[in-house]
Amino acid sequence: MIVDGSEKSLKDFLDDLPPVDQVGVEARATMLATRSIKTTSKAWAIDMAISMVDLTTLEGADTPGKVKALCAKAVRPDPTDLTVPSVGAICVYNDMVKVARAELDLIGGKHIPVAAVSTAFPSGRASMEVKKQDTLDALNAGATEIDMVIDRGAFLAGKISQVFEEIKIIKELCGNKAHLKVIFETGELVTYDNVRKASFIAMLAGADFIKTSTGKVAPAATAPVVLVMLEAVRDYFALTGLKIGVKPAGGIRTTKDAIKQLVLVNETAGPDWLTPSLFRIGASALLNDLLMQRMKMRTGHYASANYVTMD
Amino acid sequence: MSEFEYASAPESKEIAKIAASYDLFIGGKFVKAKKGKSFDTINPATEEVLAKIAYADKLDIDLAVKTARSAYTKIWSKMPAKERGKYLYRIARILQERAREFAVVETLDNGKPIRESRDTDIPLAAAHFFYHAGWADKLEYAGVGSKPKALGVVGQIIPWNFPLLMLSWKIAPALAAGNTVVLKPAETTPLTALLFAEVCQQAGLPDGVVNIITGDGITGAALVNHPDINKIAFTGSTEVGKAIARSIAATNKSATLELGGKAANIVFEDAAFDEAVEGIVNGIFFNQGHVCCAGSRLLLQENIADEVVEKLKKRMSLIRVGDPMDKNTDLGAINSAEQLKRIKEISNTGDAEGAQRWSAECKLPTKGFWMAPTIFTGVSQAHRIAREEIFGPVLSVLTFRTPAEAIEKANNTMYGLSAGIWSDKGSKILWAAQKLKAGVIWSNTFNKFDPASPFGGYKESGWGREGGRHGLAGYLTSESKVKK
Repeated sequence: MIVDGSEKSLKDFLDDLPPVDQVGVEARATMLATRSIKTTSKAWAIDMAISMVDLTTLEGADTPGKVKALCAKAVRPDPTDLTVPSVGAICVYNDMVKVARAELDLIGGKHIPVAAVSTAFPSGRASMEVKKQDTLDALNAGATEIDMVIDRGAFLAGKISQVFEEIKIIKELCGNKAHLKVIFETGELVTYDNVRKASFIAMLAGADFIKTSTGKVAPAATAPVVLVMLEAVRDYFALTGLKIGVKPAGGIRTTKDAIKQLVLVNETAGPDWLTPSLFRIGASALLNDLLMQRMKMRTGHYASANYVTMD
Repeated sequence: MSEFEYASAPESKEIAKIAASYDLFIGGKFVKAKKGKSFDTINPATEEVLAKIAYADKLDIDLAVKTARSAYTKIWSKMPAKERGKYLYRIARILQERAREFAVVETLDNGKPIRESRDTDIPLAAAHFFYHAGWADKLEYAGVGSKPKALGVVGQIIPWNFPLLMLSWKIAPALAAGNTVVLKPAETTPLTALLFAEVCQQAGLPDGVVNIITGDGITGAALVNHPDINKIAFTGSTEVGKAIARSIAATNKSATLELGGKAANIVFEDAAFDEAVEGIVNGIFFNQGHVCCAGSRLLLQENIADEVVEKLKKRMSLIRVGDPMDKNTDLGAINSAEQLKRIKEISNTGDAEGAQRWSAECKLPTKGFWMAPTIFTGVSQAHRIAREEIFGPVLSVLTFRTPAEAIEKANNTMYGLSAGIWSDKGSKILWAAQKLKAGVIWSNTFNKFDPASPFGGYKESGWGREGGRHGLAGYLTSESKVKK
């Protein structure tokens, strides 16, 4: 046990972390964005990125029809080319988990997990009882990944042990039934120091994945934020031997953006993290751009948007 | 899971039209060297000959200086300042327009990664011309009296580490202040200077205002000793700098000398480690360590030394060494066989004197001149590798116990060009910056350059400053001092 969960032990641990220099971390992210990924490595990266997409719909207007269509897309992203891998997961609100699970099982997507956003997503403003029930509902409906939000209010008010405790409780509910992803909403934490602290709080409390954002607040998964989180999982691995995953979500829309994320992973946490079990990209529009780029690499020319399916 | 190998992503060589041979650029035209001698310039990454370069001797230099003098008296000194500024703006814009071509030629001739020539060298060179273009008609605010005057004809000698950038550091302020110049690029990297000669033609710069002569150290010495030169501006080794100082002693020639360095890069216990590691890497491995202000002495607070060294080694393993034309290369070729030999010689004293060498594992190409990024730990002030400038990708790591000891060790050198401070504590940074005897001090960053910021050293790192108002003043004199 690195920390005993008390406010003091957490604070001592976090105070020992080195600070993040804003200018320096942004410069490093900018430099890594200049990596030129071409030909064979681009083809490899596109397929890897597709297999890492958490295909997401988180709208008030979500219906069973919409969710089922998304499931079809998740299993066979490009129906004309069966060499395209299926995506990493489907990500929905907890009332859509049952629909998604049943549909995936029906159409040959048994291997694709369903992730549910939880704990009063996206704001996290509800009682602990509600947050627990939210999570249980999702688990009972068959979710095998839980994307919870932290209480940013508590974090910003300095109530670190409360943030830690909530994650621990949700982790216990997940048990070995589901992977826990912890969302920070980095656009609300604002500073890189906060992102580093939140990363360690979540990992110490038992997160399997740390995730940037809900997708409802901008800025979301900026390169420097992801870089800081990748440094955190790298350092946590050095400390404990445990590999924690990272999931940027929000604002990653193009193949270029996705490849830049993979470069960040490769040169920060290292190649071990280049697998869907340790890196996911929360996105919806991104998948089609990846498919169009893949088509371009295969045929040598760009197709119109009508050549990829809209769902 | 296969690894994420980056496929080769080479910049195209096609854009660089390198001629088979180059003559001297005197009086706005390319003219043959009087004795017809020449030498080859090669690509240090492949050892292929890029071009034959005319070798200038005394007679050629005399012609160049006479041409520069006549351009000074008849045209440049009589031209309204605003008009001079227009030429500088024009040169700056042409450099931007032809940036890609310049980057390719620089990388081929020098061996530096295309990423650096593209993102650092060429944009900064253009920025120097833009900055000084603005100064041309505002010289009375340069701090040398209300009626500043140009010096006349300036002889300029530049090194091989940043060929075009050093040219711009020299030529831009000289022309803005109203001088004409004879410039000699380094023997191993003359190509971008000769391409710049074409830019002068393209900009319609009056003939003879900029003259470029090529050759070796003997050519340089002949330029320094020419009686009709008013000032020498030199960037290079301390050894040659001293020789220049001796040869111009008791003459009316003034001088700016940018010489060697052995900068301390100090990391305190409260630093942002990850960013400090980036800064250490940038400080010593940028441009293969061929940087006079390189952070070649790393001073780590002893209580964090092991942790930082471990992070540094991991980071060094990620440095991509190889083909400089590949857009993903971080560390290119050593500029010459001679320099590689020198780097190895001094590094070997590190082993002999008991320091521990560690190099990142990397495949080095078989042709060309290469050196893996290397650090020595267990180094003390008494080691040669802690005192002498290596001018290569070799870092000496020392430790200190207290901030005062850090400053003492940092200043315990014959050089004083630059220093770096890494701390999250503002008061400590300001305190250290006041105590460090170095011309340029970076805090929480390293190797950042700007035309507005004066650059230069203490002690054996040189005389005078380049860049900013201070650099400009070195090309001016107050009217009262001008001989009537």
